[in-house]
Amino acid sequence: MNGFFLAVGLVLCVLVLLVLYRVVFGPGVFNRIAAISAVGTKTLVILLIFGYLYGRVEMFIDISMVYALLNFIGCVAAAKYLETEGLH
Amino acid sequence: MTVMKLLSVLFILGGLFFFLTATIGLLRFPDFFTRLHATGKGDTLAVFLSLLGLACYEGFSLTGLKIVIIAVFMFIAQPTATHAISKAGMRYGLKPWKKGDEVQ
Repeated sequence: MNGFFLAVGLVLCVLVLLVLYRVVFGPGVFNRIAAISAVGTKTLVILLIFGYLYGRVEMFIDISMVYALLNFIGCVAAAKYLETEGLH
Repeated sequence: MTVMKLLSVLFILGGLFFFLTATIGLLRFPDFFTRLHATGKGDTLAVFLSLLGLACYEGFSLTGLKIVIIAVFMFIAQPTATHAISKAGMRYGLKPWKKGDEVQ
């Protein structure tokens, strides 16, 4: 089971690297925000899987929960800022 | 390998498949709204399936309950965030892609 978790974690890390293309080159700020939100959701699952690999999932579950909250709040805050202020 | 572990492997592999399709959509689709369409729905289902698989692997405990709580929270929060970003993009003045337009 450990080998399976390691394989899933590595595939998710490769997917995060692929999404980073959209973060760096994506035209405009909105594409970047969407890509960063996708990176955040992948990181949440990676954290839990690495918690199982290290055998200390009781600690990593709290970090993962905080990461989910911060990802959501940051995403909504950036969207609201761009909606009201604009970058015209 | 018990039934629960087999179930968790199946759920995690399903989540991995949806993560893969969401990433391909985010990289290949032509404009902002279509990319959001791919990544919003795909990532929501992928996170839900992955966390459900991890909860099956964990079993009934406090950690499993927390994993289920994260899954339910993500299932509510991810569509909300996607809607907020797409509304901001619409207000900002991004035009949806039509057939024949160039890739943005």
